[in-house]
Amino acid sequence: MVVSPSTMAAVRKSGAVPNAEYLLSAEGIRKEFPGVVALDDVSFRLKRGSVHALMGENGAGKSTLMKILAGIYQPDKGNVQLKGVDIRLSSPLDALENGIAMIHQELNLMAYMTVAENIWIRREPLNRFGLVDHGEMYRRTEELFDRLNIGIDPEAKVGDLSVANRQMVEIAKAVSYESDVLIMDEPTSALTEREVDHLFRIIRGLRDQGIGIVYITHKMNELFEIADELSVFRDGKYIGTHASTEVTRDDIIRMMVGREITQMFPKEEVPIGNVVLSVKNLTLKSVFNDVSFDLRAGEILGVAGLVGSGRSNVAETLFGVTPASSGTIEIDGKPVAIDTPTTAIRNRMAFLTEDRKDTGCLLILDVLENMQLAVLQDKFVKNGFVQENQLEEVCEEMCRKLRVKTPSLAERVENLSGGNQQKVLIGRWMLTHPRILILDEPTRGIDVGAKAEIHRLVCEMARTGVAVIMISSEMPEILGMSDRIMVMHEGRVTGFLDRAEATQIKVMDLASR
Amino acid sequence: MSTDAAAKGNLKVTPARRRRRMPPEANIFLVLIAIALVYELLGWIFVGQSFLFNQQRLTIMILQVSVIGIIAVGVTQVIITGGIDLSSGSVVGMTAMLSASVAQSSTWPRALYPSLTDMPFFVPIGVGIIAGLLAGFINGQLIARTKIPPFIATLGMMVTARGISKWYTKGQPVSGLTENFTFIGTGIWPVVVFLAVAIIFHIALRYTRYGKFTYAIGANVQAARVSGINIEAHLVKVYAIAGMLAGLAGVVTAARAQTAQAGMGVMYELDAIAAAVIGGTSLAGGAGRITGTVIGTVILGVMTSGFTFLRVDAYYQEIVKGMIIVAAVVTDVYRQKKRAKV
Repeated sequence: MVVSPSTMAAVRKSGAVPNAEYLLSAEGIRKEFPGVVALDDVSFRLKRGSVHALMGENGAGKSTLMKILAGIYQPDKGNVQLKGVDIRLSSPLDALENGIAMIHQELNLMAYMTVAENIWIRREPLNRFGLVDHGEMYRRTEELFDRLNIGIDPEAKVGDLSVANRQMVEIAKAVSYESDVLIMDEPTSALTEREVDHLFRIIRGLRDQGIGIVYITHKMNELFEIADELSVFRDGKYIGTHASTEVTRDDIIRMMVGREITQMFPKEEVPIGNVVLSVKNLTLKSVFNDVSFDLRAGEILGVAGLVGSGRSNVAETLFGVTPASSGTIEIDGKPVAIDTPTTAIRNRMAFLTEDRKDTGCLLILDVLENMQLAVLQDKFVKNGFVQENQLEEVCEEMCRKLRVKTPSLAERVENLSGGNQQKVLIGRWMLTHPRILILDEPTRGIDVGAKAEIHRLVCEMARTGVAVIMISSEMPEILGMSDRIMVMHEGRVTGFLDRAEATQIKVMDLASR
Repeated sequence: MSTDAAAKGNLKVTPARRRRRMPPEANIFLVLIAIALVYELLGWIFVGQSFLFNQQRLTIMILQVSVIGIIAVGVTQVIITGGIDLSSGSVVGMTAMLSASVAQSSTWPRALYPSLTDMPFFVPIGVGIIAGLLAGFINGQLIARTKIPPFIATLGMMVTARGISKWYTKGQPVSGLTENFTFIGTGIWPVVVFLAVAIIFHIALRYTRYGKFTYAIGANVQAARVSGINIEAHLVKVYAIAGMLAGLAGVVTAARAQTAQAGMGVMYELDAIAAAVIGGTSLAGGAGRITGTVIGTVILGVMTSGFTFLRVDAYYQEIVKGMIIVAAVVTDVYRQKKRAKV
């Protein structure tokens, strides 16, 4: 029997809540997105008064599950039970009214409104004239903050608060809904150690009041400090649930990565040349520190690490998108100042960005217009006129070489598949004949066939002596393609692994250190 | 697997030549023809004469919109980058005043600068164009360096430039212009200037690096930056060109009226934006063509001229014009939505 959310809300209001063993449980959840199965037959049970951590690599399905529990997505299959009653959540608001609150990584507060206004939005206390009673609102906020031991001025503008304090406001808001379940998505990712301690005190306090907390984190040490139980996911599948006292760090890593590498990689041994790029103590203040490495011609340097470890930031700094605050970049032994992408291109670097749609494609323009963009900087212009015919010829040649599936060069890029869009962008950079190629997640969200072709292309480029930096969240890709792997964690390089010695476990270990 | 094998399978590999689509202006052109035909029909019914086969009317119509057209060519480029220029109407007023003040005849008793009378034609024209260029340059610098929204930067310039044109002569008109200056406003000259400007910038947008980068910035500014385009410098160029064209429009306006007044060019910026948008330029940036803008300008002209021809009250004209502009933008939004679904 599926009880409608409104019934559930009414039951909840009356106080006659069924006293089931689990606060929240999900059984046999399946969720598909076009082209991917994000969750496949996943189960999850949250006990009353406990902190339950969700663990898994990027793309393991944690976030999707969490969003289903918070009413953002609806599952294709399976059911969710709140206190033993089947429910179907149609929206985040629906979830909230049923006592499930989610605290997002990107905080959803209105910067120009006060703390109190943010917390009580939609539920403002009114006076007898039907106007908002600010005094009462501030009083309630103070009461709430006292209960949670938070020391923030209810009249402060949220925009003026630190990230940690905003997080506290979000938590207070969730608590103000008398939520039974609190879902936190990497709440500590932007906090200092002291702030983390404070947050943990608050979480423990809530737990002792009987609230169940779903906690997503990538940080192992945090896990053992705060979580009572943990569930591991991998590739959209549920792996297992354990009490955090009965497993070790190594056990968890093994559960997270324990997959067979079945995909074939066309990686070939090519002669490794001289050092082309030498990076010393590269630092971008409060993002990453002291990144140093050498890159040789023909070498593929894989960069591994979890999302937020600073991998992409290093790439952006190398390419001059966000110039470094200190450190040196040398090309062929000569120091170069790269402060804009233009200087990077002049130094024959190329950068395939992480987000194809946001920073790569000109979606409303056609294949030719997309492909010619970088090379037009200093070629194919004669007497002020773009040499359309030559350009069309080389772009066509490139499309043929990269096997871009498009009806013509005049096709809008938004009509191509993800894999073909990515090939167009690779073509854009190949036309500039780079010596250093930086790839950030080159195969994210594209199908297996296109993936293999892109891997083949990267290897071909390496064979011609191009030095490649390849950032990837996909372990098989990192292990299968790299000559050497640099692992990052929280803005630091935690280690290098040679191709021969690298294993999934070693990489994960360094990535969570 | 060879490329040939790929081609034989269900995979479609690029054919030999770049296939050209039907230009999007074709639709707008059909709209123009439709509007003209409706007027023709109504003309025979209500007025008893032809709308189209009247050379005098058509000449007046095209002369009237030429100034708007010159501005619209610049505004189109700004809108393609994803920006907007609200200052062009005021810049017309300002440059009309500035150029006229150095175009006065020595026979005129109250010349503003008695020592600068009877100047050769290129002096006032140059002054107007350079003043406009400067206004646009300031717009561009403000937008590129301080990152304030183009709407605000050009709104500031709109008020400032209007203020300058009033302050310049304390509100007095500048008259007694020499004939070798006013020629540019007489006869078919405004139309010649409009078409010349349209052709030049049509070529610049389609066939030069300047044009390719302008579209790229409007389509995806982040991607353009990562591809090595100096966004700031380019935006300054685009706004400076828009300002320069507004300056040229100011010169033509003064020459045509044979006098300059501080109130010239009021609301021209909106007509220019309307011409661009009716002509298919997307306010979201990245799409638009000068040919479309030219047709859009003519549509505006035909609408106005047609109303006058049908003896429709001037008040109704504005009401209908407002609705047409909104309809054009709604169509643009609808087109984008349809595209997003693909």
